Amino acid sequence: MTTATVSELQALTAAKIIDARGAACPGPLLEAKKGMGGVPVGSIMEIWSTDPGTKTDIAAWSGKIGHSFLGVIEDAGYDRVFVQRGK
Amino acid sequence: MHPMNETLSLVLFSGTDDKLHAAGTLAAGACAMDRPVNVLLQYWALDAFRADQIGSDHGLAFDSIRPGTRHPPAGSAAIPWLETFRMAKELGEMSILACSGSLEVLGIAAGELDPIVDGTGGIAAFLLAAEGGQIVFI
Repeated sequence: MTTATVSELQALTAAKIIDARGAACPGPLLEAKKGMGGVPVGSIMEIWSTDPGTKTDIAAWSGKIGHSFLGVIEDAGYDRVFVQRGK
Repeated sequence: MHPMNETLSLVLFSGTDDKLHAAGTLAAGACAMDRPVNVLLQYWALDAFRADQIGSDHGLAFDSIRPGTRHPPAGSAAIPWLETFRMAKELGEMSILACSGSLEVLGIAAGELDPIVDGTGGIAAFLLAAEGGQIVFI
């Protein structure tokens, strides 16, 4: 799966940011599912997480549900995970 | 309608906080992936879902007594399994049923159970709903 580069991700503006830092699996995944309901189709959602499994979780979830997993920026102590709503 | 092979069926027998957390995590993951989840509560998991017990300390599994094992720093009562089940149920398609056999053996009335439990069920109905999908026993 090809994902965007860090600079491409940094240029994106998210319609919604889910701050799930401090929550352990499956918390960030559930927050992402809940939050995506408020994101327009085609728009971007960003999930911030300190749980190292979140990026692979969101990638798997995106593929299953029909969203586009765009990539991850590893920031200071947490990951910024980018997803585009597909449907 | 979901394809039958998408369904995840969990038979919960153990009622310790760690095992209930593991079960909740499986259920939540499946719900997030839009898979239907059927939960059947037996014995000690059923007892843990009693309304007057559900918020109390259910301890840890026997594995935890091995010297040197790391325990949750705040104790087992801090393990958020109930919150995980509640959120998964809110976001996905999950049924939580009390095994009628275990209710009988433990002398628990259905009315004693937390409202998160949807009702009472028998094993045949549970297995029929599980047919073609995955069954996990915890």
